[in-house]
Amino acid sequence: MAVVRAEQLAVRGEEEIVRVRQAAREWAVGLGFGLVDQTKIVTAASELARNTVIYGGGGVVRLEALNDGFRRGLRLVFEDKGPGIPDVPLALKDGYSTGTGLGLGLGGARRLMNEFDIQSAPGQGTRISVTRWK
Amino acid sequence: MERIPILKMGRYLLVTIQVDMHDRLAMVLQDDLMEQIRRHKAQGVLIDISALDLVDSFIGRMLANIAAMARVLDADTVVTGMRPAVAITLVELGLSLPGVRTALNVERGMELLQAARDERETGDGRRQG
Repeated sequence: MAVVRAEQLAVRGEEEIVRVRQAAREWAVGLGFGLVDQTKIVTAASELARNTVIYGGGGVVRLEALNDGFRRGLRLVFEDKGPGIPDVPLALKDGYSTGTGLGLGLGGARRLMNEFDIQSAPGQGTRISVTRWK
Repeated sequence: MERIPILKMGRYLLVTIQVDMHDRLAMVLQDDLMEQIRRHKAQGVLIDISALDLVDSFIGRMLANIAAMARVLDADTVVTGMRPAVAITLVELGLSLPGVRTALNVERGMELLQAARDERETGDGRRQG
């Protein structure tokens, strides 16, 4: 699988959550995703960007346009060096939140995308990768 | 500070969200609306989101909070113009917007507010009589 194009953005504060949404929209449109898929990608990006800011203390997102020879895809990789998630399965459950949110961010983002991968450990930060294929 | 304008139309308040809202702006709108409901003794709030290209869990929670708070202040809330792609995504995300009434467009939304008010007034009349 080839990464055709990549770009990295900072995700430190609220304004940058909006910027990540806009960037995700531009990339999804550029890759030819339909309106519903665009909306799913942008919404997942918004949830994960907010998690990076609130729980990770800020971080980065890398947008990657993919091509596996048969289809095109968009991958978003969020990384922070925050406190990490002690219990990943629990964090993925709907309604579970250690913050003030609804606890739908992680599980919701997973449902909206085709692939979801999370790596996190206490004190080691969090890396979440989501992909949607066309 | 940046704010979303709130229009007063008779007994109702009208909000059209036309910007990609950051989280703080959503919180300010929530506070502003409650203040305006109180000041104008508004009986209903109509929030048009036809220009919004996403509703994530934060914006969804804001809409549900506004509806719940307005309810306590004796005002009805209706959200209008949600795009189909946004609705599909919202359900998949896991948000059901409890307590939020919706209508396809502003005109139907106003009718809904009016009907809710009429129903409540005749209901009160019966109890008084």
